[in-house]
Amino acid sequence: DTSLAEVNSFSSSMPISPSSMINQYKFEDEPELRDLFVTVDDPESHITAIETFITYRIVTKTSRGEFDSSEYEVRRRYQDFLWLKSKLEEAHPTLIIPPLPEKFIMKGMVERFSDEFIETRRKALHKFLNRIADHPTLTFNEDFKIFLTAQAWELSSHKKQGPGLLSRMGQTVRAVASSVRGGVKNRPEMFTEMNDYMETFSQKINILDKIAHRIYKEEREYFNEMKEYGPIHTLWSASEEDIADSLKGVASCIDKCCKATEKRMAGLSENLLPILHEYVLYSEILMGVLKRRDQIQGELDSKVDALANKKTEKDLFSEEIGKLEDKVECANNALKADWDRWKQNMQCDMRSTFTNMAENNLRYYEECLATWESFLASQTVDLHVEEDSEDRP
Amino acid sequence: VLSFRAVESQSEGQCAPVDSLWRRYSEFELLRNYLSVTYPHIVVPPLPEKRADFVWHKLSADNMDPDFVERRRIGLENFLLRVASHPVLCQDKIFYSFLMQEGGWKDMVNETGFQLKADSRLKALNATFRVKNPDKRFTELKHYSDELQSVISHLLRVRARVADRLYGVYKVHGNYGRVFSEWSAIEKEMGDGLQSAGHHMDVYAASIDDILEEEEHYADLLKEYLFYAEALRAVCRKHELMQYDLEMAAQDLTSKKQQCEELATGTVRTFSLKGMTSKLFGQETAEQREAKIKILEEQIQEGEEQLKSKNLEGRDFVKSAWADIERFKEQKNHDLKEALISYAVLQISMCKKGIQVWTNAKECFSKM
Repeated sequence: DTSLAEVNSFSSSMPISPSSMINQYKFEDEPELRDLFVTVDDPESHITAIETFITYRIVTKTSRGEFDSSEYEVRRRYQDFLWLKSKLEEAHPTLIIPPLPEKFIMKGMVERFSDEFIETRRKALHKFLNRIADHPTLTFNEDFKIFLTAQAWELSSHKKQGPGLLSRMGQTVRAVASSVRGGVKNRPEMFTEMNDYMETFSQKINILDKIAHRIYKEEREYFNEMKEYGPIHTLWSASEEDIADSLKGVASCIDKCCKATEKRMAGLSENLLPILHEYVLYSEILMGVLKRRDQIQGELDSKVDALANKKTEKDLFSEEIGKLEDKVECANNALKADWDRWKQNMQCDMRSTFTNMAENNLRYYEECLATWESFLASQTVDLHVEEDSEDRP
Repeated sequence: VLSFRAVESQSEGQCAPVDSLWRRYSEFELLRNYLSVTYPHIVVPPLPEKRADFVWHKLSADNMDPDFVERRRIGLENFLLRVASHPVLCQDKIFYSFLMQEGGWKDMVNETGFQLKADSRLKALNATFRVKNPDKRFTELKHYSDELQSVISHLLRVRARVADRLYGVYKVHGNYGRVFSEWSAIEKEMGDGLQSAGHHMDVYAASIDDILEEEEHYADLLKEYLFYAEALRAVCRKHELMQYDLEMAAQDLTSKKQQCEELATGTVRTFSLKGMTSKLFGQETAEQREAKIKILEEQIQEGEEQLKSKNLEGRDFVKSAWADIERFKEQKNHDLKEALISYAVLQISMCKKGIQVWTNAKECFSKM
């Protein structure tokens, strides 16, 4: 599978394990059935008079007929991704659009253009596009196609078309107005359940995110202390004779465990932390999707209420209502299907990421165990040698 | 032959009310002071710390903490075992009666008058005694004891910080347990896996308490040798003072001999104001001179005897001190090696527990 191989070559810092590859392609479509492959790589810095920004290379390979070519290579910046996301939300208000990495947030840990930040963002952007590519509906979205294929100037001219800012604002105002009037009172049971679920899920996933970060922090502090701990034994060995080897042995064990701790931390930051963060974002997205569904329903409900008060123009209204009813039914069905899909993927993601976390910790303890066991073996061998030499006359 | 029952009854006595424990500790201190003074050439086993030192956050610095009290009890027991197994110290009568719990033991110790023998100069830490011919071996030993003290206290400090951080890592994992449990309530398929994984996270978080309690015992092993370093330095110091006294006595003798010679021959080798004034204002009578010479000759004889005995004392001290130092070195090497091995065993046990918990957790997660 060529695309999988190419993913390997781009991620320089991320160790590609079979399980992490599966993480990227765990969607309902089997990799072999996919006819569209997207990769995000090669961040490049651009400096103009006004600003500095990063672009990423997007490589697309496809066998689909609606694409003029089978291979595309374009460069996009973060702003372009934001545009794509908003277009998708516009076109499919009740579909679950995957999360984008956030704009720069002063977390105090990472500088804006540090390699770490750029790499984390690149991986998240890669995931974003792949999730869209794997979505049964979103994958055929026109703006998505343009995003993948258009040259820079083509994209900017396309961006300028379409409903202007004012009309989009109008939509928002109407949406807010209708949500004020209703939508929640006639909400089907299923969506109330979804809402309740999302409230609890959102709460729990946020707490998990905090816990995972706290664990990372504690492990880092532990690592810092361990770095100092080993060398003291080496220092001590300098003033000893008989026990110098034992002391040096302990120093070496501690140093090895120290390195194992570093690996353990890396495992966290490469797997668990990003996934939990994505699902924190997902929980916000889902709450938004549920709200938008309520808004669409609200439009219908407010029109129905208005009809009840009107004596004339009933025919006109009933046509409009018919359209709105269709809209609501479409929205509900789309959301229901996407919700089921999302839940399945979420379960899969959680299973694999927590299993991976457990494996990570297992590896850590296994490494440390091996280190100390071999030290112990070396010490008891010495004792036996000493005992033997004492027996000799 | 020492009966272990005696040792146990001593320990039981320490489970008595708090103030009696403190009294006991002070009696141990009295015993040790007595032994240090009475056997200056012996590396006297140290007492465990009076107050909790090298603590990390969870371990209370409270001296009434039951864990601390228990560990100190073990330390005191260990001290008695050390003394009892020492070829010289175990024969001491005061030590014997300390174990046998005779009433009025304190008075008995004070009646030996050992405090009079105690050299107050040993306590003066900043006192400098310039020894002209220091014994190289003792100088090296003093240097070693300084290094040992410095490195072990550094090690103990960092160990306490490492323990603190390790505690943090384990305990935060405990938070998973509660959240998984709450999350599992809204999940149909994942619920069981989450719930049982959460249980393992709780087990993991709880396991650190025993692990670190055991590590405290390892720290105590090191602490004993931290305090032994001081005992070692004390022997070196005593030797230093002995050497100093010897040199002072020799110097004093030499100057007296010189004085005597000058008086006898009438020659003044060294300039002195007295000599000058006597030249200017008339010399002393022959009788006066004779009297002085006689006194000096007596003093010289005394001095020579004293010097002889001091020399002998010094040689004996060096011989027996060095014998005990060799014994101590072997004991130290053996004990520290064992301690390092016990540390490895602790780490292995911790790793095995970790492997078990995470294997179980992994299975639960994979069933989600």
